[in-house]
Amino acid sequence: MSETVYGPVTDWATDFDHGSPAYAANQHKIWDDLKNSGCPIAHTERYGGTWLPLTHEMVHSIAYDTDHFSSEGPVVGQLKPSEVPDRIGAPIGPVPPISSDPPFHNEARRLLLPAFSPKMIDPWRDEVIEICNKLIDDMGDADHIDAALQYSQHIPVMVIARMLGLPVEDGDKFRGWVNLVLSGIGEERTEERMQKFMEFNEYLAYHVTDHKENPREDLISFLLNAEIFGEKLSLEHAVGTVILLLIAGIDTTWSGIGSSLWHLATNSVDRRRLVENPDMIPTAVEEFLRAYAPVTMARVVKEDMEFHGVQMKKEDWVLLPFPAANRDDKQFANAHEVVIDREENRHAAFGLGIHRCLGSNLARLEMNVAVEVFLQRFPDFSVDANEMVTWSTGQVRGPRTLPFVVNARA
Amino acid sequence: MRVHVDPAKCQGHNRCYALAPELFDVDDYGNAFELNDGVVPAGLEDKARLALANCPEFAISIEE
Ligand code: HEM
Ligand code: SF4
Repeated sequence: MSETVYGPVTDWATDFDHGSPAYAANQHKIWDDLKNSGCPIAHTERYGGTWLPLTHEMVHSIAYDTDHFSSEGPVVGQLKPSEVPDRIGAPIGPVPPISSDPPFHNEARRLLLPAFSPKMIDPWRDEVIEICNKLIDDMGDADHIDAALQYSQHIPVMVIARMLGLPVEDGDKFRGWVNLVLSGIGEERTEERMQKFMEFNEYLAYHVTDHKENPREDLISFLLNAEIFGEKLSLEHAVGTVILLLIAGIDTTWSGIGSSLWHLATNSVDRRRLVENPDMIPTAVEEFLRAYAPVTMARVVKEDMEFHGVQMKKEDWVLLPFPAANRDDKQFANAHEVVIDREENRHAAFGLGIHRCLGSNLARLEMNVAVEVFLQRFPDFSVDANEMVTWSTGQVRGPRTLPFVVNARA
Repeated sequence: MRVHVDPAKCQGHNRCYALAPELFDVDDYGNAFELNDGVVPAGLEDKARLALANCPEFAISIEE
């Protein structure tokens, strides 16, 4: 993994870089060191000025304060939202509802909520079970597998492609685009990157036109017919939401499944408990979500303001590190320990306030089924000591390779 | 014992419905409400407390 365009970090309190490989590798220690040195909110000039608040209280209050913090830029980039050419600004933003602010946000979100409610998502369970089993069947009887490349990365792609009505075989393409948007934040803006963005847009334009001409029972057709404020969604809005659903659901859930399996590969006591008591899996998954929360979001400061003693400037980025909030010992007992039967767990892995992850019911279903099926088929597995586990960089964190040795199969 | 979901705070994380479906249900938008006017049947008090302890938005309250 390479450094970002800004180079190596010199000081985490005043020059941090959340897109750097060092942050991805050592974030828990970085947060602790900052907090212990009396710095609950770090700053960097990188990306045009960015803040990193570390306590649950601060993260909670920023997520709730939509008057001062806009969702116009949910992912930090080298350009501020106002510097991006042809960009749809607040309160709509390019990918509603995640990029939208009230009051528009509420309408754009309400439109999608029914499709992702528990009663619409639960019926997908059998299909997810089938997908997971098929992926394991495809591994044959190999003793050495990669649980990220052969398992966790495929599950959310296959599900969301079916829900949207896109070809399931295009999974590799989707993952390439997701990577482009989320992991490349610190890379140079090369011709090649721009070319890939164009290909993504052309691909979507093709499928949206096809759905217009041949409507069917899927989310793309639903979006093309949906109304907001009594009018059909604009094409930009519909396409923006398709992009969002592809991007928001894929490497987040892939990360959540991967981190859970990594924990179980490296903690044999927990693994045995879950193999023997599969009823405990849902509670354990909530703890994996807390301890290895995959997603950090961002906001944009609307006007110059003071926040907990620091001076924020208009258009500064503010990160919302839900993973750090989840390890705040003021909010969680033994915050740094992974306790798979933790009873009290108000974790914020799916965000807080009005942008609560719209796909949380689906993500939970996928994570639960993925862990359940993996443990059923491979009751004993461990990390292959000769290979490297690699983690993503950027605002979504999870293992991108998981070389495992299968010690027992059922 | 009675439980109550504050609809102004609930954001539909669905923890309560998953942990205590005897006490909570969700509407078509995924937002929760209490069943049976919030009255907790005898023996389910622990489930009510568990739901409260797992609501990320602090939207659930209990009257003992
Ligand atoms: C483990 C997996 C996942 C995690 C950890 C996660 C996390 C999050 C977080 C933290 C937010 C809040 C954004 C903010 O405050 O700005 C969010 C929003 C969102 N997520 Fe997820 N997500 C996951 C899976 C999914 C899936 C599977 C989908 C859909 C297919 C999805 C769709 C969305 C959408 C549409 C929003 C925007 C909601 C709004 O702005 O009102 N996510 N997610
Ligand atoms: S857990 Fe809290 S936020 Fe979630 S549905 Fe229940 S009351 Fe609403």
